[in-house]
Amino acid sequence: MSYAMDMQNYTTQSETATSEPKIMARDVNVFYGPSQALKSIQLDIGANEVTSLIGPSGCGKSTFLRCLNRMNDVIENCTVEGRISLDGVDLYNSGLDPVLLRARVGMVFQKPNPFPKSIFDNIAYGPRLHGTVSTKDELDERVEKSLRRAGLWDEVKDRLDKPGTGLSGGQQQRLCIARAIAINPEVILMDEPCSALDPIATAKIEELIDELRERFTIVIVTHSMQQAARVSQRTAFFHLGELVEVGETDRLFTSPQDDRTQGYITGRFG
Amino acid sequence: MTDNTPHLKINPSLLKRRNAAEKRFRFYGLAAVMTAVLVLCLLLTSIISKGYTAFQQTYILMDIRLDAETIDPKGTKRVEDLAAASYKGLLRSALREQFPGIEGRKAKRALYGIVGSSAEFDIRNAVLDNPKLVGTTATIAVKSSDDVDSFYKGYIPRDVPESNRKIKDRELAWLDTLFEDDRIIKKFNINFFTNGDSREPEEAGILGAVIGSLYTLAITLALCFPVGVLTAIYLEEFAPTNKWTDLIEVNINNLAAVPSIVFGLLGLAIFLNFMGLPRSAPIVGGMVLALMTLPTIIIASRAALKAVPPSIREAALGIGASRMQTVFHHVLPLAMPGILTGTILGMAQALGETAPLLMIGMVAFIADIPGSMSDAATVLPVQIYLWADSPERGFVEKTSAAIMILLAFLIVMNAIAVILRKRFERRW
Repeated sequence: MSYAMDMQNYTTQSETATSEPKIMARDVNVFYGPSQALKSIQLDIGANEVTSLIGPSGCGKSTFLRCLNRMNDVIENCTVEGRISLDGVDLYNSGLDPVLLRARVGMVFQKPNPFPKSIFDNIAYGPRLHGTVSTKDELDERVEKSLRRAGLWDEVKDRLDKPGTGLSGGQQQRLCIARAIAINPEVILMDEPCSALDPIATAKIEELIDELRERFTIVIVTHSMQQAARVSQRTAFFHLGELVEVGETDRLFTSPQDDRTQGYITGRFG
Repeated sequence: MTDNTPHLKINPSLLKRRNAAEKRFRFYGLAAVMTAVLVLCLLLTSIISKGYTAFQQTYILMDIRLDAETIDPKGTKRVEDLAAASYKGLLRSALREQFPGIEGRKAKRALYGIVGSSAEFDIRNAVLDNPKLVGTTATIAVKSSDDVDSFYKGYIPRDVPESNRKIKDRELAWLDTLFEDDRIIKKFNINFFTNGDSREPEEAGILGAVIGSLYTLAITLALCFPVGVLTAIYLEEFAPTNKWTDLIEVNINNLAAVPSIVFGLLGLAIFLNFMGLPRSAPIVGGMVLALMTLPTIIIASRAALKAVPPSIREAALGIGASRMQTVFHHVLPLAMPGILTGTILGMAQALGETAPLLMIGMVAFIADIPGSMSDAATVLPVQIYLWADSPERGFVEKTSAAIMILLAFLIVMNAIAVILRKRFERRW
């Protein structure tokens, strides 16, 4: 099969580009050893909006997310082809330091993973690491601001020296979000941030995501279509390593153009 | 579609057999544990019952006439002069006065033999402690000979024919006289902890071997902890998986299984013959034991690093920490309890190791307490081996006592490992 024919099969439906792209992905192919996980992805992530990536398990949405801050670098045998740029700067081929990139593109993981240190030290680690604060007062202020923005301040302000691992699951996840925003990234990637949480904690995180949208560009991978519909402005549907369809969230859920999208959102598979 | 399979009905005999098997298995487990505990108890009982007497030493109270003319003829009363004086004659005349009427060289030699060969130093020490004794007659406890010591500890029975007994009838009579006079006393054997090795059991102590062991272990730890931990970190966190790292891993696992005497031969060939380092020295012993302990530490450290959940690494990387910062700020502190436990267990193994040290000459008889890492020394297990090999009756209890000291060190080290693990273990 020729490459051109392949390309035809992989044509993505509707609006892959946005007016104000923060991140642009072009012809992205990802391989884990010999097996291809992502096939020729074209996708723009708009600035200051929430983009959700949906699709059945193993469709490559998490892989794509991890390409955006080069977290795939630490996985052996993983090769990324194509072009991904942040504000027009190529992430992979321009000599950009992946460590600095990850400071600009923060990440929140599926399972809450606070460091086994105090709540304060969890938040303070990033600012200390990057030297973005110079005095103790500044650090205190940064920690408070981050916790406030993550909606956690009132719950933990009296026990900042207690271990972060002693919080409840939902609080831990908000702590991880606070930790990510403490270094003021431009983009926050969230990999199924609510999959280990109960509905009340989930609602809090969703509310938080909506508030954070004003300052940050957010990409969220989710298994819940309701969540995608609630929090995101644009939605991209992945299936078997292809980006099947992408568009305004309202439009995608009400009038999907591809049969597979239709099938997935109505619950016929996945 | 209908399914006609009957509902589950458990056969009562099957259930009975199953329960019986469960019970049997529990019994086997319990029996195995009990056997192990019993054997351990037997071992400890045997060692302690044989060895506890070594912590006591038999002394004979003698009335010594501390003649000023003999000790300090010039009357200077200086400590140096008092220390340099000969007290042997005083001790012998005191013995002769205690038992008057003993004639003949053989009988006199037997009489002098009931006190230890270094008993005169007990008198000297008493005089040095209190110089005012000079010129008076003082009652001083002097060390008995090892045979007399063994006799009063019950290792030499009296009801056997004289020809089979180390203490002859004549000596027995002297000792009984002394005993009735309440002149035979037992004191805590401080010399066992402050002396080096000796040919005389009553003088032999463990300190030389303890110091030798400490020097050796210090070298071992200084060499193999940094090298082992850095190797483990590199292999676990940074090295790519390819056939070279696979080869290295297989070889490290193989090294852990190499008999320790082979490391001793290696040390003999390289450290002594090729590099010309001093024979019998803790520095070489430490290097050999470091080679032997390195694989243990690497394997334990890798296991500890592997046990740190990958989510911690992702969290640190996701904030923009470099690989090295991730490892040193987050992964290593979490792995430290495991690494330290592995290291201490490796050290405990090194402390008990004998065979490789025999190859580099640490088996020599060394009476001095080593003063540096390059002095000739011996170590605890080798000391045990040497004493176990000595023919004198007095060394039997010393051997068991030395084993008790070695076990005490091992128990302390293992306890430290447990405490470290409890203290620094963090849950996530």
